[in-house]
Amino acid sequence: MEKTKIGIPRAFFYYIYYPAWRTYFESLGCEVITSPPTTKEIIDLGVENALAEACVPVKIFFGHVQKIKDKVDYLFIPRVMSMNGKTSYCPKFLGLPDMIRSAIPNLSRLIDITIDLRKDPLTFHKAAVKVAKDLGHTAWEGLRAFHKAAHIHKDYMALLHKGVFPNNAIQGFFSENAGKTEFAYNDFIENKGSKQTPLRLAVLGYPYTVYDSFVNVNLLEKLKGMEVEVVTMEMMDPQILKKQRNKTVKRIFWTFSEMASRTAYHFFENSKDIDGIVHVTAFGCGPDFIVDKLMEIEAKNKHSRVPFMSLAVDEHTGEVGMMTRIEAFCEMVRRKKEAVI
Amino acid sequence: MRKVTFPHMGTSVFIFSDLIRDLGNEPIVPLQPNKKILDLGVRYAPEFACLPFKVLLGSYLEAMERGAEVVVTSGGNGPCRAGHYGEVAQKILDSNGYKIEILVFDSVFRNPFQFIRKLNYLNKAKLSYWSIAQLIRFYWRKLQALDKLERCTHKVRPRALNKGITTKVFKQGIEWIQQSRNLGEIEEAEQQGLLALKNIPQDPDRMIIRIGIVGEIYVLLEPAVNHEIEEILGNLGAEVDRSIYLSGWAHDNTFGHKKDSLHYARPYLGTAIGGHAQEGIGHTIMYAQNGFDGVIQLAPFTCIPEIVVKTIAPRITKDYGIPILTFFLDEQTGRAGMQTRLEAFTDMLKRKKRQPLKVVGGEKYARVFGN
Repeated sequence: MEKTKIGIPRAFFYYIYYPAWRTYFESLGCEVITSPPTTKEIIDLGVENALAEACVPVKIFFGHVQKIKDKVDYLFIPRVMSMNGKTSYCPKFLGLPDMIRSAIPNLSRLIDITIDLRKDPLTFHKAAVKVAKDLGHTAWEGLRAFHKAAHIHKDYMALLHKGVFPNNAIQGFFSENAGKTEFAYNDFIENKGSKQTPLRLAVLGYPYTVYDSFVNVNLLEKLKGMEVEVVTMEMMDPQILKKQRNKTVKRIFWTFSEMASRTAYHFFENSKDIDGIVHVTAFGCGPDFIVDKLMEIEAKNKHSRVPFMSLAVDEHTGEVGMMTRIEAFCEMVRRKKEAVI
Repeated sequence: MRKVTFPHMGTSVFIFSDLIRDLGNEPIVPLQPNKKILDLGVRYAPEFACLPFKVLLGSYLEAMERGAEVVVTSGGNGPCRAGHYGEVAQKILDSNGYKIEILVFDSVFRNPFQFIRKLNYLNKAKLSYWSIAQLIRFYWRKLQALDKLERCTHKVRPRALNKGITTKVFKQGIEWIQQSRNLGEIEEAEQQGLLALKNIPQDPDRMIIRIGIVGEIYVLLEPAVNHEIEEILGNLGAEVDRSIYLSGWAHDNTFGHKKDSLHYARPYLGTAIGGHAQEGIGHTIMYAQNGFDGVIQLAPFTCIPEIVVKTIAPRITKDYGIPILTFFLDEQTGRAGMQTRLEAFTDMLKRKKRQPLKVVGGEKYARVFGN
């Protein structure tokens, strides 16, 4: 019998939940198909179908869906509302399956299970059972697959906290000799021979812009080339971030935005740990105008020792312009650091 | 006396300023958003902030020039970002050296103690809670009367023989409501206003198209921000029905309640995603079923719930055959451009109404404008 093919687009939640989702479906005996890394073609496909006013990650997501929709039996686009029982996600995530269904013609079938931990403490288990049943398996098999996936997710998050980038971690998990290879920690090797002062920058932003090297025009690679050690918000220990919870009057409504702002507040407080903060945001991002403004005001008024820059990316972002800004920023930070030393 | 200001929202200004005065403060009545306010807001607000935020920030700054010390505004609890606006505005103003206090009223149920503390802070006249409740009831009734009159103008304006007269009569009606001193007088003012509107000479034979307006609450309710879209449409011979009124009452009486609109929206948008997304979709479908000719969606630029609605809109058009025109409003939106698009839209609807389209291949022909 041929295996059922499940498509998971390489965008949005891919960077956080892909290992868990893939493990879940594979233990149910399905084959998981992922779209290739973002290319110009994928963005163009997305721009065709998505609204002009939407932010670039939405367009990219549409492109990825277009790319794999004909190769799979089911597309897995869950409606993820809350994963921690407290905060939700940006409205575009909540309406994602509806948007896809309305905007893309001739769609293969969608698995749009709702996951909302605020309303139901057993939502993961119920979702796992329901999807398994819909795919023709028993509830027991669904729960077992969920259990396996949860384990993998825990390992994966531990790797991220240690400083492995999601793309490397995913590769390590699912390559031929999985379990045997060492993960490339943080990709940062201090070059003893070079004369440059090593820098440590926090690159904050949502996983789907920070790790998608097409949309941010290879930002992480470039920073590596400039001998900069990169810290992202996924590498932060949740317990450390929790200490920053009283910094805003109201808890920020969106999970990723909250993580970004808490990481920023953490580094503003412990300014010795970091040389600068770069906020990567997508043009027209709704939640980010609040997060970015809060960070900016904090950096300007209270913590002027921490240099702060925000970079807006969209589908037209040019490599050269981006490079110039990053180089200037690094140069400035480096000069400042050398002067202090 | 403490000088208090508040956001400007459509015709309701005098009601809030009276309420604030009765609580023992001096109201600084916000001006209708104009070029100066928008410029002030754009100068200090972040680039991606939505138009309502820019307008509100600008009007706070403008009110500060006239001595405002406290701003009273409403909160929210996500996932729409408006819930954070009070805090962000406060931080922006603080960091630019302005001294003002922004008092955000969230839902009573979210934090009752905080709500009462804020209410006490505002209650300089030391009124009892009972009299505050009475006051709110009184002003709520005024709000309802106001909304009722406004609904009536939407019916009268497209049929009126003289184009400018409806707005004039409506302003007179607002004055009557403003001057009324008790519930009986409000009732009387309302009746008188409705009568005056109905007595405007009308042309009963004129062909009228009916257009529903859905979208984000602030751009819907503030005529200065949406370039008086209802008036433009009325003068173009379209009867307008707005899906949201501040009192929320007038609409519930005509088509049924909010939960009906959510019921219709569910197949298209399975969950509440913040803002008025689900209501917008539900109302669009209800308009289609009640024989409206078209729907206009108004949204501020970068408003994500409305982006979701617009992405779904073509499917509603396909299923129900109702044309939908979307406006994303920002500080660059010009009145003339909007007028042109509205004229084209109403022309198309009129032509469609005059000659009902033939059903070709079992599917009604319909188009979505605004792509």
